[in-house]
Formats: sequence, C-alpha cells, structure tokens
Amino acid sequence: MKDLDKGFQADENHEPKENARRDFLKKSSLLTAVALTPGVAVKAAENHLDEKVAAAFEKMPVNITVNGKAHKLSIEPRVTLLDLLREQLHLTGTKKGCDYGQCGACTVHVDGQRVNSCLTLAMTVDGKKVTTIEGLAKGDELHPMQEAFIKHDGFQCGYCTPGQIMSAVACIREGHADSETEIREYMSGNICRCGAYPNIVNAIQEVKNGGQQV
Amino acid sequence: MKQQAQHTPPFTEGINRVDGIMKVTGAAKYSAEYELPGMTYAVFAISNITKGTITSIDTKAAERAPGVLAVLTHLNAPKVPGYEAGKDPSKPPTTGGPLKFFVDNSVKYNGQPIAMVVADSFERATYAASLIKAQYNKQQHETDTEKNKFKAAAPKGGRNGGDYKRGTPDDWKAAAVKVEQEYVVPINVHNPMELSVTLAHWTADDKVTVYAKTQGVKSTQNAIAQAFKLPVENVQVTTKFVGGAFGNALRTWPHEIATVQAAKLVKRPVKTVLTRELQFNTVGYRPYTWQKVSMGASADGKLTGIIHEATAQTSSFEEFTEGTVNMTRFMYACPSVGTVYKITPLDVNTPTWMRGPGEATGAFALESAMDELADKLGIDPIELRIRNHADTDPENGKPFSSKNLKEAYEMGADKIGWSKRKLKPGTLTEDGWLIGYGMGTGVFGAGRGRATVKAALLDNGTLLIQTSVTDIGVGTGTAMTQIASEIFTGIPVKKIKFELGDSSLPPSPTQGGSTITSTVGGAVHDACTQLKEKFQQLIGNGGTDKPDYVKVLKEKNLPQLEVTVTSSGSTEMRNFSSYSYSVHFVKVKVHPKTGVVRVDNVVSVADSGHIVSPKTARSQIIGGAIGGIGMALMEEGIMDHRYGRYVNNNYADYHVPISADIPQIDALFVNKPDYRVNPMGAKGMGEIALIGMSAAVANAVYNATGKRIRELPITPDKLLS
Repeated sequence: MKDLDKGFQADENHEPKENARRDFLKKSSLLTAVALTPGVAVKAAENHLDEKVAAAFEKMPVNITVNGKAHKLSIEPRVTLLDLLREQLHLTGTKKGCDYGQCGACTVHVDGQRVNSCLTLAMTVDGKKVTTIEGLAKGDELHPMQEAFIKHDGFQCGYCTPGQIMSAVACIREGHADSETEIREYMSGNICRCGAYPNIVNAIQEVKNGGQQV
Repeated sequence: MKQQAQHTPPFTEGINRVDGIMKVTGAAKYSAEYELPGMTYAVFAISNITKGTITSIDTKAAERAPGVLAVLTHLNAPKVPGYEAGKDPSKPPTTGGPLKFFVDNSVKYNGQPIAMVVADSFERATYAASLIKAQYNKQQHETDTEKNKFKAAAPKGGRNGGDYKRGTPDDWKAAAVKVEQEYVVPINVHNPMELSVTLAHWTADDKVTVYAKTQGVKSTQNAIAQAFKLPVENVQVTTKFVGGAFGNALRTWPHEIATVQAAKLVKRPVKTVLTRELQFNTVGYRPYTWQKVSMGASADGKLTGIIHEATAQTSSFEEFTEGTVNMTRFMYACPSVGTVYKITPLDVNTPTWMRGPGEATGAFALESAMDELADKLGIDPIELRIRNHADTDPENGKPFSSKNLKEAYEMGADKIGWSKRKLKPGTLTEDGWLIGYGMGTGVFGAGRGRATVKAALLDNGTLLIQTSVTDIGVGTGTAMTQIASEIFTGIPVKKIKFELGDSSLPPSPTQGGSTITSTVGGAVHDACTQLKEKFQQLIGNGGTDKPDYVKVLKEKNLPQLEVTVTSSGSTEMRNFSSYSYSVHFVKVKVHPKTGVVRVDNVVSVADSGHIVSPKTARSQIIGGAIGGIGMALMEEGIMDHRYGRYVNNNYADYHVPISADIPQIDALFVNKPDYRVNPMGAKGMGEIALIGMSAAVANAVYNATGKRIRELPITPDKLLS
C-alpha cells in the first residue's frame, strides 16, 4: 500500500506499468486469434500493442454528424453524448450541470428533437444528426432566438443559456409556445439558477410572435 | 392574459450584456473548457461514514484500472509544503482552519474525499474511483443543529462575534403589544449551474497555471502560492467566465489544492469537476440557523425593545460566522436592542456565505416578526415600518449617506396594488384560491474598497480597461463598459474592451458582498477620468470633448496612451452609515385544499443609488427575487442524521425554482445617486435582491391563510397540518 509508485508512476506513454487486465489480454488467446506467434506477441507487448488491442476491444465505431460535420469515431460505449461533445470534439458550448438529466444545461437536438445529452449514450446517436449551440447561428448571423436572448437579457452567468436556447427553439418547433403559461411549462426542464426565467419567457414570446423561421 | 397587462413591458433598455454574443453562441469559455495537451481527469472517492478514522484503504484495483495514472490517499499523497506552515502546536487554534485533504486518516464529515483518482479520461477515472474500498473506525457523529443547540457558544473570532446591547432590550417584555417567536432557516445550497472546476497545469517545476471556478482570481492565486510555497507571480489563475457561484467560490477549497497537487505528481494537466452531489458538502452552504425574535411596541406601534438571538451550525474544525442578527441593530428606530449570536460545531463540512449571507437569514426572522407585530397591532405592515423608520443609524448615531426607503415602500405598494390587501388574513379569494399580499425589507452594507485599474487608449481606436476582477454572471463587464463610456462619450461601446478574470492583471477584490460596482466601478471611473485628462494634456488646451483619438495617437507616434490607477473610498465615508435597501412585495395564491402556494405577482424595489447598467441591474434584482422565492418555498438541504448524510443532494430532490414557478417580476429602482459612496453614485444590489424576499413570501402566505409558517421552506404539508 505504501509503495504506490507502481500506481502512479506513468511510463512515457502515460500508461500504468502494472495492469492485470492487460496482462490477461497478453496471455489470452486473443492475440493468437490475430495469428501472431508467441515471440511476436511478446515483442508486440513491448511495443504496447497489447494496450492498443485492449483499447480496440473497449471501443466501438460510431458515425455522428454534429452541426453538419460528419465524424467517424471510435469510442467507449459508456461515453455520454455530452462528454463526447465536450471532451473529445471540444464543442464546449453544451454544458454539464448535473449529469442526471435534471437541469437541462446539456440540451442538444438529435434529429431535430431536444434531448438531455448527459442521459444519451453517444453510441445511441449512431447515424443521427446532432445540433449543438455552436451550430445554431449561420456564420456571424445569429439565430433569432440568440438575438432575442441578448435583447431580453435572458441570462446572467450564461451557463444554462445554450441549453435554454436549444430548448426554446424546440419549444416553438413543437408548438408549445402559444402562451406564456405554456412556455413556462415546456421550458421547466431547463433550470436557470441566476433566475432569468421572466426574461427567457419574454425572449421566446418575441421570437414566436415575430413569426421568424426557427 | 389579464395579469400580464398590469406589468411593465419587457425591459430592453440599456446596453446589452457585453459578453452576450459569446454566451448565446457557446463561445464563452468556462474554467473546465480549456483544451490542454495530455489532459487528465480527477475523480474523488468519498467517505461513507461521518466521523472516525480510515483503518485501511484498498486502492489496488483502481491503480490497475485502465488509464489510471495516480491514486492519491493520505498514505501516499505528496506533501503540500504550505500545509505545515503557521502551525504552532503549543497553541490551540482559536477559530480553526479549512480542512486539508489526504494529510491524515481522519474523517470529519460524510462525503469527505478519501482518495483522488487521476486517469486519462473522465470515464476511466470515474470507474476506477468506484473500485476503492476503505475500512473505518467509526465514531459517534452529530449533524443535527437542533439537537446540538445546547452546545452553542459565541464564536471565538470573526467579525460577527460578541453580543450587542443598547438601552434595556428587556423592555419589550413590558410593552403593550408583544411578539416572541422562533424561526428556522434550513440548510440552503448555492447550487450554481456550473459545477466547481479546477484545472491545474504545472508549466515548470515552480510554476503553475490554474483555470478555476473562483469569485476572486487574486485570492485563489494567493492561496495556491501559499500552499505550494511559490512566489505569487509563479501562479497564474484565469477565470474568464463563471457559471454562477452565489458565494460557493469565495474561498479556495481543499479539492482545489488537491488538484494542483495531483497535477504536480502526474506532470500533466489535471481537471477536477465536482459532481452535483459534491456541490452539497464540498463547497459550502447556507447554515441551518435557529432564531428567536422578541419585540415589543406601544399601542401606537412604536418599538420599545427587540432581542434577536441566533444559533447556527458550523463544522467541528472551523468557525464560520455571518451577520445574521446585525440588521436588527440598525434597521428600525428602537431605543433598546440586544442581539446574541452563537454557533454550534457539527460533524459536517464548513458552511460559507450564500447570497445575501446571514442578513437573508436574519431578515426572514426580523421581517416576519414585524409582520406579526403589525398583525397584533391591527395596523398595516408598511405603516408599522414607517412609524419606526430610522432617520439616522441607531447603532452608531451617524447619518445615512442616503436612504430612500420610504419612497421604495410607496413605489412597490403602488405597483403591486397593495390597497387590495385585506388587513384580516384569509378573507380574499380568487377562483377558489386564497389570496394574500406580503412585503419584507432587505438591507446590506454599501461600501467602496480598493481596486487597481489600467486604462489605455490604443491607436486602433479601442479603449482597453483591465483589472483582475471576475464576473460571476452579474454583468460586471457590462457595468464597467457603461461607466467608461459615460466618460469617453466619443468612443462607441463596441470599441470599449473590458478585460477581467486574470491574476496577472491589476488587482481587484473578490466578487462578493455587493461591492464590485462600487469598488471596481469607482476605480474604472477614476482611471478613465485620469486617462482623459492625460489625453487632454497631450492635445493641449482647447481640445474637444469628442476628439479623434486614433488620429492624435498616430500623429504623436504613440501606439497607446495608458494610466494605471489605484483608488478607494473617500475618508468622508467614515462619517456616514451607508446601506443599500430593498423592499419586496409578493402576491400569493394558496390552494385551500392542497396547500399549494403559487407566487402570482412580485415587485422588488431597490434603493441602491444610481443604476449604472439598467438592463443587467434589472436581471440581477429579478434573479435575487427568484432565489428568495426558492428559499421561501422549496429549498432545503435534508440530512438523515442517523447517517449524517444528505438525502436530497441533486437537482431533482433539492428543489430550486423553475420557469413554471415564476411569474413576471417587476424590478423598480429608486435610482437616486449617492455620491458619497463613489463618483457614479451607485450602491451594490446583489445581496439586497434576495434579502427580505423569504419574509415577504411568508407574510403573504399568512395574509392569504392566517397560517404563520416560521420554519422554511413553506411547503404544503406545513400549511395543511
């Protein structure tokens, strides 16, 4: 226990030296299955090929189009769409607020429907189109909802804002923005701890009443 | 939509938030969003006992898990050099100190991190942390404030220690009309949307860059420099955007030091994002506070004596105090006032200031008691307050730098339709709902501290203003831009650039306590004024008010003209008492059969001097009012004291207001400048936006139902019991 050097001293590739699961893989028939002789297998292990093989078995291929751009990815099945967007695709506009689908900060559109990306395993959107806050504007031309949020000051800290805006756009598209009460009800999956709700409602009403294409 | 018609139209006046485009496009970078090569992720394993010692900890499986670079525990964590500094074992600590992670085997609260896993992905770190197993020697714990009230004592240190007394406070007992009641504010948790974040990256053996969720980059810089015994300038702290904080990022917490420590060990950037659960016991909360208010008045409603007592929880290792009872000393013209403040240590993490801090807790009790007194006297609660209005500060005899509270009462009463309120509770109904109106007053100190600001005119026409202050969402950048644009009237707002959130910039204080608009705004004002004078000297006498800055700088062959100015409040301020005030008005509907409370209408009036940035100021007042509605009707951190553990540490079980809970809200401003505080005449409003709101709701519920709820939150079960 005291000697945790093994645990933390990373080798040059930043992988732990000791790894029982990897050892198991080295000794298993997996490598023979790929028709390597034992001698070559040892050599492969020295070159960290075992790590690569293990990683290959842990990862799954997935094709996702995000904001119009096609991504061919290989990811661990446990990765959420939220963490894929933020940590692997570096699209950090989508926010993590709770990881339980309770706050709505991670709201994105999947094939046009609003979803909590923290509750969506990335594997499940294989072949689908994802739109995030980064994909809403057309170049420098802001989406009407983005304009309205600025005009009505529909935020303070801005952290819930991308989720609010993605939800707000969907709220109108779904036909759930016909009255103030209805907007409040259908926007209640998006928490704003700064308390910008009245301004958000005003912004959505303006876009809805303006009849602009959302 | 008849209700909508009575509201002011959507308020879109004033300049737009200067960082608005970044916030609506996702371009705003919060602290977890910096991309660094070789990023690693830290996840904590936490204790599942509340008090005791770790007898063994098995980290082998975690160490062997894929992608794991390090597992830190008390057995192996490298020493944090500054953790030993200042320790004098011969002297017992008076007020204690913050917890330090991984220094020994003690467990001081449930959920305390006992190990930190660093791995090459968030998923791998999370999985590995789940493999850590610990054995404990468990001890009897205490987490219940009510049960431990008998142990409460006056704090040993801090500015809120010491009982207060003027006149003969016991006079209330002999008064014609009396109120003696107890009030409880439970644990409230800040719960900003952005999770607590620390991203640390050592760029040399003695240099570290940290992207932190903090309300003060300079204080975080100092804390890290002290902990790691580094020269202050070797610690770079960057915080460009903060996703709300409400007080939970006012201090540097132990998990931040642990992250810096881990990054040094693995020699790669380490990112720690606390889970939502850990927001409840790692980064502070508003403490559970019991209060008792005893007050008496003559038959004509003049206060004769008030005693305000409070007992709040703190941790076993550190004193936390706040100004819970302080407002009672100066709020009303009462000849005899006594206040008593005590704390009781529990096996919990230390509380911290949460928006409105102690004053919000205190105002719930004082402003509820005032309503009870008005009810007993049979007079209007606003009338009672006017009869006891303090024209000078009764605590120190000083005049107020400005006070327009009577005007604020009037504005709010007019707007909400106070005249419709019935003196006798439970007598007004609409569509089968009981209707009630209530009000409550808020107050918070309005000072001006020291800040340094650099202002520069660049030859591309930009006015660049720089200072280290952070913006936790209130609109600091926008307000500062507004202040600068009022001095440099010839420069369009879009050419004014306010740079903030960087420890290498000139020092500003931590954003908290409603001081930034006054303190940093005052310094921005002074810096811009001096820069303008410097420019006038450059062009000689007779310069116009709107000169062509670009042309002049180019002619003089100057790439830029700059000043750095440190400024603070005037000494004249010492002769005055200075406060911001708020009055909150609420109309509620209470369903008589289910006890459901709906907030139907809210008018919040701020008497906080000149309003610098109307658009963001309005949002700040509305936001505080909504926070106060949460405090009044739903927020409560619930602990199962058998285990010392929270049972509702997530957004689904700890309720905060959502859109469906909130009506349109009117934010009104008295908007009269107080030039004694600063040259803009502006006073802070972050705290007063919330202070007094919970009492306003409770008073409205009483007016609707005749039921006085003295223990927050006001949930249907309490109304039906």
